[in-house]
Amino acid sequence: MEPLMRALGTGLPPAFQSWFTGRGWTPHPHQLALIEAAAAGDSALLIAPTGGGKTLAGFLPSLIALAAAPADGLHTLYVSPLKALAVDIQRNLQAPIDELGLPVTVETRTGDTPAARRARQRRRPPHMLMTTPESLALMLSYPDAEAMFRRLSAVIVDELHALAGTKRGDLLALGLARLARLAPGSRRVGLSATVAHPDALARWIGAGTGRVRQVGGGGAMAADVSILIPPDRLPWAGHMAVHAMPAVYRAIATAGTTIVFVNTRAQAEIVFQELWRLNDDNLAIALHHGSLAVEQRRRVEAAMAAGRLRAVVATSSLDLGIDWAAVDLVIQVGAPKGASRLVQRVGRSNHRLDRPSRAILVPANRFEVLECQAALDAVAAGTLDGQPPRPGGLDVLAQHVLGTACAAPFHPDALFAEVAATQPYADLPRAAFDDVVRFVENGGYALGGYEQWRRLEPAGDGRLQLVHPSIARRYRMNVGTIVEATTLKVRVGRGRALGEVEEYFALGLTPGDTFLFAGQMLRFERIREMAVEASRGGGDQPKIPAYAGGRMPLTTHLADRVRAMLACPASWDALPAPVHEWLDLQRGRSVLPGPDDLLVETFPRGRLHYLVAYCFEGRNAHQTLGMLLTRRMERAGLKPLGFVATDYVVGTWSLEPVADPAPLFDEDMLGDDLEEWMAESTLLKRTFRNVAVIAGLIERRHPGQEKTGRQVTFNADLIYDVLRRHEPDHVLLRATRADAAEGLTDVRRLGQMLARARGRILHRPLVRISPLAVPVLLEIGREGVEGARDALLEELAASLVAEMETGPDHPHPPD
Amino acid sequence: MVAAPVELNGAPLLLDPSGAVFWRQHGLLAVADLHLEKGSSFARRGTLLPPYDTQATLDELGRLVRRWQPRMVVCLGDSFHDTGGPGRLGAADRGRLAALVRGRDWIWVVGNHDPQIPADVGGRAVAELTLGPLTFRHEARSDAKGEVSGHYHPKASVATSARRISGRCFVTDGQRMVLPALGAFTGGLDVLDPAIAGLMRRRFIAFLLGRDRLFAFPRDQLLRAAA
Repeated sequence: MEPLMRALGTGLPPAFQSWFTGRGWTPHPHQLALIEAAAAGDSALLIAPTGGGKTLAGFLPSLIALAAAPADGLHTLYVSPLKALAVDIQRNLQAPIDELGLPVTVETRTGDTPAARRARQRRRPPHMLMTTPESLALMLSYPDAEAMFRRLSAVIVDELHALAGTKRGDLLALGLARLARLAPGSRRVGLSATVAHPDALARWIGAGTGRVRQVGGGGAMAADVSILIPPDRLPWAGHMAVHAMPAVYRAIATAGTTIVFVNTRAQAEIVFQELWRLNDDNLAIALHHGSLAVEQRRRVEAAMAAGRLRAVVATSSLDLGIDWAAVDLVIQVGAPKGASRLVQRVGRSNHRLDRPSRAILVPANRFEVLECQAALDAVAAGTLDGQPPRPGGLDVLAQHVLGTACAAPFHPDALFAEVAATQPYADLPRAAFDDVVRFVENGGYALGGYEQWRRLEPAGDGRLQLVHPSIARRYRMNVGTIVEATTLKVRVGRGRALGEVEEYFALGLTPGDTFLFAGQMLRFERIREMAVEASRGGGDQPKIPAYAGGRMPLTTHLADRVRAMLACPASWDALPAPVHEWLDLQRGRSVLPGPDDLLVETFPRGRLHYLVAYCFEGRNAHQTLGMLLTRRMERAGLKPLGFVATDYVVGTWSLEPVADPAPLFDEDMLGDDLEEWMAESTLLKRTFRNVAVIAGLIERRHPGQEKTGRQVTFNADLIYDVLRRHEPDHVLLRATRADAAEGLTDVRRLGQMLARARGRILHRPLVRISPLAVPVLLEIGREGVEGARDALLEELAASLVAEMETGPDHPHPPD
Repeated sequence: MVAAPVELNGAPLLLDPSGAVFWRQHGLLAVADLHLEKGSSFARRGTLLPPYDTQATLDELGRLVRRWQPRMVVCLGDSFHDTGGPGRLGAADRGRLAALVRGRDWIWVVGNHDPQIPADVGGRAVAELTLGPLTFRHEARSDAKGEVSGHYHPKASVATSARRISGRCFVTDGQRMVLPALGAFTGGLDVLDPAIAGLMRRRFIAFLLGRDRLFAFPRDQLLRAAA
């Protein structure tokens, strides 16, 4: 260690200095700061915009140390959320290593690495290993993990902002805690985009090590962001922004290379299709989203890197990863949903730090104009979305506990100390930890029937050990926290797969249906052997594959800005004229709520009575609120028929009018009503399925057999029902509720909103629909009403009876 | 609870929305595919599913027995998930089952999962049972008439105005009937799968189980089920 410290202490060694000079570069201050931190043995968090040699900054101290004192064994571990990034970084790092003639070996290790090389890497690791959180967990589960990691000196975590606060991040945090135990004194480096909570991120990366230095990478130039409003038309509703595509196409045609970001894969398909419809100049425009086949995505990325594309239409699949210096315009179609995400997307354009990034926002409807303006203001003010870090998942902890036992017997006290030293589990009560250990041991059921089938047993010295090595084999086949929806491959004829669609969508197709996928119009033929077979070509009404979980809700931060904007007419001058007029009209016909008010409008329309609440809490929270409101209306005899939830509002319709909405919004709806609804909700079942798979209750893969996702789905639902009835407080149900409260049901945010609205509900009974409510009504019919299963079956059965009684359709008239 | 009357090979039956058949003439209650001790069967191999499935299934069976007061109960096979199942019954569940079996003619039709039923669980085990126009067996035969069976765990799926709904169902073409599985952890097979649809005549009906009634849909109204 000593000579390394000395080597680092002198700053950049001459050989490195001349390497920089030879390339015409000067080391960035943040690169030097990381060398200083490493010299002092400190961990570091580097927050910098993309570009600017962030990754090199992470590796420089290790390269310098290894140049000064060549050593055997694994010296530096690099963890990235993307396999492709690991491969890419390895390639980039090879350049300085070759040019400086350093005695440093670099390899990647991901799920794609051949088994023989993985085994060799455990015996004789390279100096630097590029990997993913899942592969790290896997390496840590082998009995030889200690030998492999003993000499580790540094861990670099890339794209930390994308990992912290997720289940993959929880798994990584636990893995890092293990590494700290195996290699005491190793330091960490976190590389992150700009975030709202740098202190929390610094705690995350530094947890369990010595000091953490926060290093700033210098701000990027202020971005040049504008909103595109075509002069002729601004839609009231819809999310596809088809109206704006001619203008988007013109922007692409006048820029060098453009990334067109969209929010969902369905949007990606439509936007791609529309752009090609307009593409008279035959510009090279490509498509990139997470459901396309990997090879297809790699081809697009390679073409992009080689500068052969004019534009690529992409989802969040391009949010992370490879830097393309050549991108000079970013177009965001649809509202950005969050300021942080927008900043990161905008940062993808022009990685040269000496020029501002250029970006255009394309709102798809009027509410999205407000949201885009709010995001623009946020970017200008430099404010970001801040979610305080959430506690780590108990399901991930269960996986880690079993993984730890796979490597060696463990003592629960020691493991608890290790786990509690991480940032996500810092507040974990010992009792919850013990419940998780019991779950791993024997299922942890109150009805202790499984003693004879336990997975862990006492080793005699207070430690717990695996009862059989086969458990470790099964653990290793199922490691990770990414639970995929069941998907089917899409092929044209029996050819190569274009990508995958969700089973649910595929089963809704009948032969002859046309659908849009991978930028092509396809005609559905049949499903065979877990694949959709299709032919090219099709009709005029293509379906768009729907994907679960593709949409991200409006962040609290942007919601606050939108509310503030509505409350302040002076700010409307920044808005396009149609939107300004729309808000003026609203002020005349109804009212605009103050920043802390909850405006609730009620009005009749046709034979129905509508209620629209302008909560601005994101679609997940609104969906939950819609369910709870309609339940209450049902009990109050108001005969609700349905509801609609958008990112901005929730609307209900009923046969009877709501005279006083205040009691409907009482906070106590989060008690029994919520419990009751959650129990039945498919959202909870879906969440439970993920939790059960991550925790290892249900295995994705068995030795000798791969379970299809289909089997996992039905098993999990039935298990959920039984467990909920017989042991509602089981640790996996607690994990499920915690997940749902943050995610799909967003109960946490709903609770904050109801508390804020107490006594501040602004009820406006109107004789007719208000201007602000028009877009809401246009959404109606797009959202299904969950819950009323039997009512829907009855309606369908009754309609069939009616059909039978009225006889068959009239015979065709003669031509 | 509203039971649905149907006629099978001339015999009037009542279909219970929980997934059982009652034949009033004989005081006979038939259920299929209980798969008792499925949870512990998985636990044996290291998948520690909740140990409450047997209790949940027997509770359901208990409700059916109280509702119909049958003189005769016919379990249509796969009553235990495996041959070791009866031996793994916990004391409480063993007591629950004994209380149900006591005082009535309890018939275990054997299935592929439970080719033998030990005598100590009570009742009598048979390969199949014929009573008047009906034969009760585990797995349907292609040439049978007037047959009541289980084995396939039928499920069906329909498109309602709001969304697709799928669930357990009875399926019948008037000549034969396949019962849904009653077991708490049992999944299902779509009735449009050739394994089931191939047994039926062209026009068959699926009775989807609702909370307290059944919903009948003709074959043409059914979709392939998702998951």
